[in-house]
Amino acid sequence: MGKTLEQIENQFDMVQILNENGEIVNEEAMPELSDDELKELMHRMVYTRVLDQRSISLNRQGRLGFYAPTAGQEASQLASHFALDKEDWILPGYRDVPQLIWHGLPLYKAFLFSRGHFVGNQMEGVNALSPQIIIGAQITQTAGVALGLKKKGKNNVAITYTGDGGASQGDFYEGMNFAGAYKAPAIFVVQNNRFAISVPVEKQSAAKTIAQKAVAAGIHGVRVDGMDVFAVYAAVKEARDRAINGEGPTLIETMTYRYGPHTMAGDDPTRYRTEDLDNEWEKKDPIVRFRKYLESKGLWSEEEENKVVDQAKEEIKAAIKKADEAPKQKVTDLIDIMYEELPNNLREQREEYSAKESK
Amino acid sequence: MTVAINTKKMTLVQAVTDGLRTMLEEDERVLLLGEDVGVNGGVFRATDGLCEAFGEERVIDTPLAESGIVGTSIGLAMNGFIPIVEIQFLGFIYPAFNQIMTHATRIRARTKGRFTVPMVIRAPYGAGVRAPEIHSDSAEALFTHMPGIKVVVPSNPYDAKGLLIASIEDPDPVLFLEPMKIYRAGKGEVPEGKYTVEIGKGNRLKEGEDVSIFAWGAMVKVAMDAAEKMEEKGVSCDVIDLRTLYPLDKDIIAETVQKTGRAVIVHEAPLSGGVGSDIVSLINDTSFLYMRAPIERVAGFDTPMPFFNLEDDYIPDSTRVQKAIEKAVSF
Repeated sequence: MGKTLEQIENQFDMVQILNENGEIVNEEAMPELSDDELKELMHRMVYTRVLDQRSISLNRQGRLGFYAPTAGQEASQLASHFALDKEDWILPGYRDVPQLIWHGLPLYKAFLFSRGHFVGNQMEGVNALSPQIIIGAQITQTAGVALGLKKKGKNNVAITYTGDGGASQGDFYEGMNFAGAYKAPAIFVVQNNRFAISVPVEKQSAAKTIAQKAVAAGIHGVRVDGMDVFAVYAAVKEARDRAINGEGPTLIETMTYRYGPHTMAGDDPTRYRTEDLDNEWEKKDPIVRFRKYLESKGLWSEEEENKVVDQAKEEIKAAIKKADEAPKQKVTDLIDIMYEELPNNLREQREEYSAKESK
Repeated sequence: MTVAINTKKMTLVQAVTDGLRTMLEEDERVLLLGEDVGVNGGVFRATDGLCEAFGEERVIDTPLAESGIVGTSIGLAMNGFIPIVEIQFLGFIYPAFNQIMTHATRIRARTKGRFTVPMVIRAPYGAGVRAPEIHSDSAEALFTHMPGIKVVVPSNPYDAKGLLIASIEDPDPVLFLEPMKIYRAGKGEVPEGKYTVEIGKGNRLKEGEDVSIFAWGAMVKVAMDAAEKMEEKGVSCDVIDLRTLYPLDKDIIAETVQKTGRAVIVHEAPLSGGVGSDIVSLINDTSFLYMRAPIERVAGFDTPMPFFNLEDDYIPDSTRVQKAIEKAVSF
């Protein structure tokens, strides 16, 4: 019996295409991307790293609220997103705001989300749900959105993101299992950044990999280097093609790391992570190795990178200004959107609040 | 001008099936999902024959996972479908509580109406059929406390079909509770085709002057029985079937107690935190100076619904309701 488990686990060796030195180590698996696409992906990653740094300092200045740092996870987040179509649906976790931004969410709305302003959840024109707060609950919904896409005969997928902790939730298994049973075009991405707040992945499960949990649901599973843009992109691309061909969902585990704290609300990673571990992972940095690769191809330069940094800073500044100008939220606004037609109890409460608000 | 409408005699559960069939025919966005709802037609046969008629693409047997059923249906609803979920027994809904509380009820407000969840969750509920533990719960108050959902409970075949169709057409999530004790307790006339009974409106079943009795679901029959017995003793009862527990019909509640000055509320759920407490509050808000006696509540006890050996002792019966009426009128 022990051997059987080992055999299963061995199928989930981590796939890597671009190593830490920026060299292609798996030519066969290398996805097809044009020079412009490569540069665009790099642009997004550099931009997002700047956004992360700025968001952290804006949070420290009290100018942003809830914020979950993203540095370290750019390849997992943005290369996976890069394999999607605009009409694909995203059901993100709370740390997955970058994917929403590159799916079309205006930056000022991301800032309003951070500030707890409900306009931040209103994402007209973006094929995505709000960032998930209840860990794992979006995973069963992804199965439903995907099933709906299939029923409508759309050539699109629903993709969801969670973390290593999320993979312990019952909804994680239920969502994969439902999507598998219906052969729904869903992609389940687990960004395994090794810690669910403070709890190490080893304590989440006896399973050696999260990807192998796909076996129980009877769906495809793959584990990739989550710091490697090409491995992540190729896995999602393949999963997407398979999903659209009616071959069912895929679970993708990306091995990654968040450099920062869980969120900016007082988490101190030094309580549960060592400096050695931080250093070990920072050596794997997704932007550094991608930059090395692009420079070796003559596709990227310091000058180009500086341009992206400056552009990001400018746009962030403008977006913060726009977020500052957002109208103040009112309780009556919230009451108004509770039901299509307000029940009498809420109508009465609305009157009460509206008298208060007009003062 | 009156239009002749054909009616058929059917049981409450048959009326549910008829309502589902009507809406599956009417609107191709309507899907049924649940455990055993397909080939088997549901453990209570509420979906009998529907899979045969509409196919597996629309009447969907799901894996045995309530959170998954509701979560998947939320996804379908956000993607333009109208899922009607069957939770096999209301007591099995607890694994899906998270999906309902944190998503189904909040998605409209969260997204300012861009996404809505026009889902109906149907669940047989209540005691009286000698079922194992957790099959007999009356957990309606857990859901009337949730902003963003409506809670509907029919007590007869006509209302069952009309309220079910209204629930399916409602653009917001509705929890539709089916009193399993009276699923087959007699037949009533049910119109063929489509009609609705308005959500949020109670129904006066019996006109009276001395005391108002409020009930819903299987307790309506108990309340009516008690009212008839009390009539023989010269006490005239106004019996209200509330039919919707959220939003409550404040107008009918105020109107009846302002006439009688007395109220008895009957529910089989535990007393504390039950919907009865909300009715008392509404009477207090609207009719304080009209009241001639303290309001009586006849309810289940603050214990879990016991093993079925004790269920007859737990559920309010006609005798307990009569005692409460006597207490109210003799205050």
